[in-house]
Amino acid sequence: MRSLHDIMSRSITIHSDQNIFEKLRHLNWGLLLLITAVSCIGFAALYSAAGGSLSPWASKQMMRFGVAMIGMLIIALIDIKWWFRLTWPLYFLGLFLLIVVEIIGHVGMGAQRWINLGFMQLQPSELMKIVVVMALARYFHAATIDDMRRLPFLVIPTMIIMAPVALVLLQPDLGTSLMIVMVGAAMLFMAGASIWLYIGGAIAAVASVPIAWHFMHDYQKQRVLTFLNPESDPLGAGYHITQSKIALGSGGVSGKGFLEGTQSRLNFLPEKQTDFIFTLWAEEQGLFGGAILLLLFGLIFLYGLMIAIKSRHNFSRYLALGLSVNFSLYVFINIAMVMGLIPVVGAPLPLISYGGTSMLAALIGFGLMMSCSLHQDSKVSR
Amino acid sequence: MKKNQDQVRVFTRRAFVIAGVQGALLGVLGGRLAWLQISQGARYKTLSDKNRINLKVLAPERGEIVDRFGVPLAVNAQNFRALIIPEQATDIEETLRRLQKMIELSEDDIQAVLKEAQKTAKFVPIEITDDLAWEDVAKIEVNLPDLPGLSTDAGKRRTYPFKEATAHLVGYVGAVSKNDIGDDPVLSLPGFKIGKTGIEKRFDLEMRGQAGRSEVEVNVVGREVRELKKRQSHHGRRVTLTIDGELQRFAQNRLSQEKSASAVIMDAHTGAVYALASAPAFDPNAFTSRISAAYWEELLANPAHPMTNKAVSGQYPPASTFKMISLLAGLQSGEINNNTTVFCKGYYEFGRDRFHCWKRGGHGWVDGRKALQMSCDTYFYDMATKVGIDKIAVVARMMGLGQKLDFELTEERPGLVPDRNWKRGKIGEKWQPGESIVASIGQGYLQATPLQLAVMTARLVNGGYAVKPWITADGLAQNSMPEKGWLKLDIDPKHLEIVKDGMEQVVNTKEGTAYGSRAADPALAFGGKTGTGQVQRITMKQRLEGVKNEELAWKSRHHALFVGYAPLKSPRYIASVVVEHGVGGSRTAAPLARDLLIETQKRDPGATPIHSLGLNPNAPLKNEEPA
Repeated sequence: MRSLHDIMSRSITIHSDQNIFEKLRHLNWGLLLLITAVSCIGFAALYSAAGGSLSPWASKQMMRFGVAMIGMLIIALIDIKWWFRLTWPLYFLGLFLLIVVEIIGHVGMGAQRWINLGFMQLQPSELMKIVVVMALARYFHAATIDDMRRLPFLVIPTMIIMAPVALVLLQPDLGTSLMIVMVGAAMLFMAGASIWLYIGGAIAAVASVPIAWHFMHDYQKQRVLTFLNPESDPLGAGYHITQSKIALGSGGVSGKGFLEGTQSRLNFLPEKQTDFIFTLWAEEQGLFGGAILLLLFGLIFLYGLMIAIKSRHNFSRYLALGLSVNFSLYVFINIAMVMGLIPVVGAPLPLISYGGTSMLAALIGFGLMMSCSLHQDSKVSR
Repeated sequence: MKKNQDQVRVFTRRAFVIAGVQGALLGVLGGRLAWLQISQGARYKTLSDKNRINLKVLAPERGEIVDRFGVPLAVNAQNFRALIIPEQATDIEETLRRLQKMIELSEDDIQAVLKEAQKTAKFVPIEITDDLAWEDVAKIEVNLPDLPGLSTDAGKRRTYPFKEATAHLVGYVGAVSKNDIGDDPVLSLPGFKIGKTGIEKRFDLEMRGQAGRSEVEVNVVGREVRELKKRQSHHGRRVTLTIDGELQRFAQNRLSQEKSASAVIMDAHTGAVYALASAPAFDPNAFTSRISAAYWEELLANPAHPMTNKAVSGQYPPASTFKMISLLAGLQSGEINNNTTVFCKGYYEFGRDRFHCWKRGGHGWVDGRKALQMSCDTYFYDMATKVGIDKIAVVARMMGLGQKLDFELTEERPGLVPDRNWKRGKIGEKWQPGESIVASIGQGYLQATPLQLAVMTARLVNGGYAVKPWITADGLAQNSMPEKGWLKLDIDPKHLEIVKDGMEQVVNTKEGTAYGSRAADPALAFGGKTGTGQVQRITMKQRLEGVKNEELAWKSRHHALFVGYAPLKSPRYIASVVVEHGVGGSRTAAPLARDLLIETQKRDPGATPIHSLGLNPNAPLKNEEPA
């Protein structure tokens, strides 16, 4: 039986004989192009949201993209073994920041989620999602199939997931904590956890619905009720969903044309630059533009899968696929929300929605993915 | 090694499962999008290819505010607006110039519209004026072909029939500011107004009502083609006040004779407020449409602060009106009794300090009643050294000073009752005995609002019940009189009787400080107490030279106060008056309070039960014909 310390301290050795130019040549340019294309759609949508103006959103978003892009490249060029080694310090730094936000965080939108860095509002829970993926990848790196079938072995990963979930729930941010749980569950699945765990989990989840209901805030209950019957309150909480659906539906197949979206630009849509940006895009560009965006997202997921499959060691496999799952969850939750498929949870559409932390988190994730790809041939000792 | 290969196989398989789920979910999203945009698209797009549906929010009508007899204090009057839609106007300025020849329109108005037109989308109507007469509307309608882009509509505008008289009390409504935008969709309607001050602010949510909704078909330029579905808006709740509108107007007019003054008239037993006024005031009607810059600057520049409701947020040293509290505290402590007398020689020596009585030669031998009657300072100086500040503070707080009274107006302020602990905590110094002496005559750190002074007087003369003030008659706030009556305070009724006797003598005996302001008709007689609050310390030089206070600059003159009750036998009405820099309580505040108390007794608003239309917003108002 291996000791816990043994598992956690096993490291990757990589022959790092590539110089920086070689690395740049091998960089995943296709993925970078896709990210840029999606972000450009975001700029166009923000330009339209402001009534055909770069200020206040599009120009700022472009600047953030530029800065985050440089950060992404730096992360991608750093040897994966460093990320491997930095995982635990980063994880505990993330937990620390979540505690800090709890204590001194500014109150924004009725919940404590921000740390004011002066030049930007940092939302540690967004970064924590990435760090949780890293931590789980690190933990599962040395695990075998047999390990995965032993329940005691899964206690630590559960703690890795639940510690940030508990802190995020305190904020209170139900949406983000659910997302961390979902990403964590996906990581356990890819590492080989028993299917029965998921079946059992699903049954437990259904059984706990009445208990969860009891502990929900009134505004959360209201959102669920409105989701189940949006027509019940068309001017109150259901207003957003109804307006969003009207905007989407009236866009039709070909859309109303760039800068011609009426529902969005007449201010029927709230938060059109953040959570409801997809609505604006699909109203103006129609089914055609909406489908292209979905396709681009699909290609990005595909890149994540390819990078994971090609990797030669577990850390990169789990990291790349986990990050891809994390990114896709954002996409699904946001778009499903604006189409009225799930309750309004207030999640941004990554790369498109206006917002610094969301852009930064997305590109950090891709940076790590590219680092995995760049060092996919590295030899690993177990 | 085999295990590792197993694991890679498991991973690969499961990675494809995950990718499959991702693909499936993307498919669901794509399918939903197609369903919304193809099959549902028809529902939203309607038959005509360029028409579309707008979900329009219908503004609810704001609940009225009425006085205790149902007389409206805030109503929604019909008004006519002229609007221009930039997209439909060939040349906005040209249209406006032509309009200027028909109706009164200033150059500023035109510039404001042109500026607005550059900021907003071209299909959003811009308000040119919201104050058209019916004749103007007719003129515009006839000439519409010459005025491209122009239209008129009828709306409702908040109007305050009592104008200045209810400015502070009722408050006013104004445009929604960025900070106010919340969940309620009506807040983003153009021209929607919310309560900014007074009752309008405090009960804004209740009066706002519920928005209606209408689905309209609009053509490509934004003009409505037809209405498809409609849900009526719900009229907001009507708020009934305990105020007597006419008495309020009387009080406001009387206060306006002074440069800056405020007053509260309330019921000693129920706590219902009959009038609450602060002068100078402003015309709230000026705030419901575009307020002129000149009027606004004039209001801001006025040193008497017309925008402030001094009756609830003005904090003044209670001065000699506090002597009732001091006397009561002395009696309650047992340090003095009904027969205790003190010799006043015009000043009181304590250690090396000399504290002056306001009367130079002194009052001679005085007892408690006489000390109130003639407002002898020395008596209280002597008493305070025996009783101490802490016991005085306890009684002061019991009588409603030094705390907010849960009044409905958010502008209410707490005043201040100091004691040893307070000074140690706030200033970090030890309490000096000399400060007790100063506090005993209502000076020093003590601060009270006119509302608090009225409540204090009510509790003194109503038999010692902890009455609290309230102004909304339909139980909107928890403060209305509790069913079991107000809590009885732990104070000896005999002591209250002594205090009340003293207050009666202040006004109704020759030696009393307010004898000059007594009621001419004995049937309307009242009792009370004067107060003169120092704004600046009287220097020894001024004392020696005998400088008269009224010769000083206005800002340096004393505040004048009076608290009173009527009728003498079984007190019902309480009035408190503060005249800022009014030189002396008996000189300005007492005559003012006399006029208020006499008018109140004549009108006797407490004799009629409150008009109970408050709950039903659709009931006709008093001076309105039923529809």
